[in-house]
Amino acid sequence: MTTLPAAPAGTAPAELRERPGVGVRLEGLTRRYGSVLALDGLDLDVTGGELLALLGPSGCGKTTALRAIAGFDRPDAGRVLLDGRDVTDVPASKRDTGMVFQAYSLFPNLTVAENVAFGLRVRRRSRIEQRRRAGELLELVGLADRAGRYPHQLSGGQQQRVALARALAVAPQVLLLDEPLSALDARVRVQLREEIRRIQLELGITTVFVTHDQAEALSVADRVGVLRAGRLEQVASPDDLYERPATAFVAEFVGTMNRVPAVLAGGGVELLGVRRPVAGAAPSGGPVVALVRPEALLVAADPAGEGRVVTRTFSGASTRLAVALPGGVEVVVDVASAESQALVPGTAVTVTPAERAVLVAPAG
Amino acid sequence: MSALSTAGVTGAGGVAPEMPVRAGRRGAGTWRWVVLTAAGLYFLVPIGASLWFTLRDGGAGGLTAEHYTGIPAAEGFAETFGRSLALGSLTVLLALLLMVPTVVLVELRLPRLRTTVELLTLLPLVLPPIALVVGVRSVLAWAPDHFFGTPLAEVFFALQRPSLPWILVFVYVVLALPFVYRALDAGLRGTDLRTLTEAARNLGASWPRVLVSVVLPVLRTSVLNAAFLTLALVLGEFTVAAILGFRTFPTWILEISGSQPQLSVAVSVLSLAMTWLLLLLISALDRRRPGKESA
Ligand SMILES: Nc1ncnc2c1ncn2[C@@H]1O[C@H](COP(=O)(O)OP(=O)(O)OP(=O)(O)O)[C@@H](O)[C@H]1O
Ligand SMILES: [Mg+2]
Repeated sequence: MTTLPAAPAGTAPAELRERPGVGVRLEGLTRRYGSVLALDGLDLDVTGGELLALLGPSGCGKTTALRAIAGFDRPDAGRVLLDGRDVTDVPASKRDTGMVFQAYSLFPNLTVAENVAFGLRVRRRSRIEQRRRAGELLELVGLADRAGRYPHQLSGGQQQRVALARALAVAPQVLLLDEPLSALDARVRVQLREEIRRIQLELGITTVFVTHDQAEALSVADRVGVLRAGRLEQVASPDDLYERPATAFVAEFVGTMNRVPAVLAGGGVELLGVRRPVAGAAPSGGPVVALVRPEALLVAADPAGEGRVVTRTFSGASTRLAVALPGGVEVVVDVASAESQALVPGTAVTVTPAERAVLVAPAG
Repeated sequence: MSALSTAGVTGAGGVAPEMPVRAGRRGAGTWRWVVLTAAGLYFLVPIGASLWFTLRDGGAGGLTAEHYTGIPAAEGFAETFGRSLALGSLTVLLALLLMVPTVVLVELRLPRLRTTVELLTLLPLVLPPIALVVGVRSVLAWAPDHFFGTPLAEVFFALQRPSLPWILVFVYVVLALPFVYRALDAGLRGTDLRTLTEAARNLGASWPRVLVSVVLPVLRTSVLNAAFLTLALVLGEFTVAAILGFRTFPTWILEISGSQPQLSVAVSVLSLAMTWLLLLLISALDRRRPGKESA
């Protein structure tokens, strides 16, 4: 785990760690809004104690799926199971999930400590316990010194930490995060997502983290589920998702992907003048493109080469080159910075795919 | 009695969001003073004149407070003021009972009805009150005969009891709808009530609990605003009461203005002062409210 400069030294209260992570299961969830099919028979299994990121473009149904787990929205069909128990008809207030919302959601008339203690107050716990637990959780999210403040006196990042503490205070079975970082600026976002991961690992709480930011999903999740138009395209570990995307949609949504003109030939695929094996299933016919990651392309200065370096973007150890190829194709290539010094814009180069199987998708 | 209706309009201004002050433009400062002075004179001159009129001691030419000290004992004051207060309180209660659940329901469950509700509550502003009153009067004249001998006739009589005319309460609720709706709606604009209620539900709160712990605190200031506007409206309403022939505070002021002009103006000045006091009280309560976003 990364160490953070501002990371608080809080540790999880013992009673929050007592419960082992609880599994979440969605079976054939369908939700229709008028003519929009927000969820289209969604099946999903979240293992106890894991952090699963739900990733997908805007409008693909991520929030709808999360709201179905929390019980804010009743699916038209399908079931929600928490710890093997069917909770589809259980109202939100009895579901025992903890949710952090995309919009700021702290109660404006309550102090930070009162916000965190709200769930305990509703459960009629003693005042002493409320105060102690709120203190512990604020310690955990590094805001113990803000207990007496009101929400409008906090920054956006602090408000979301308090919202996290509030959701965790009732020791929920499942933690649900709906793009909790999307309103924050980039630096706070990275810091807070790592903090969420630290807390999640410490508590071992099953967590569903909704995001449309693939870097966020890949960096914190045990597994990532890619959602498209209300259906799961693939659920896999971040490495698998990146290296072995199951579909062209996943390949292009996760990480950067080049589309290179290609032809299917003799059981392989021909691109950039060489032949490579096809990864996974090839389309049955029609024009195709090869999908190649920037680091899976090799570039070499070559006075006779047909490619031209267009831009060169240095980013520490690696440098990203944009290379124009004949036929109006442009690809991006990552090279080690140490080897890229001669590759200034305008340099003639050849580009070849690395020796490995290549993903192929229908063109267009 | 016009003093009170003017105060009602001042109160409505308090609900609207403040305009940001654009600084740095040359001449803006001067203009601001010109506008402020003009507006100040416009309001202060009549009030000052009224004050002077009521404090002047007719014969000796000195100053006297006797027109103010004489108010409580004045013939008809206690009766009509008490009645108007009762009408005002009932109107506030009924209007809030009607509109708070409506606004919350529209916000949380039926957002598509928002425009419809907004237009409906605006109707009383568009329809001249005189049309409303004439309509009400025709019904009141026709109904007791038509329903003669049935319990309904009794209801119509009860509605028009001079000691507490409920019919006025119903008409005033209609007249107050635009103000009440605007005030409540303005209170919801700044907060994401739906997310707040979902957060509370998620933490285990039942619906009644959500209403008491989340919705009402969020709406507190706007409920106060709405109540105040409604009260000011009722305490200053003349047309409807006069045409329907009921004796309320404003009609009483007109009644005595012929025989005791200084007393009637003194009452108006006093009620204006009271209205301002209420307004100050509400804004003070509002400032104490901790969660309020600094606009
Ligand atoms: N209350 C609603 N009424 C009508 N349509 C809705 C409603 N909620 C969601 N939808 C529609 O359902 C689809 C899925 O919405 P959802 O909010 O789940 O998307 P999302 O993946 O969370 O997107 P985003 O990343 O923008 O938050 C969208 O097309 C949306 O327009
Ligand atoms: Mg969403």
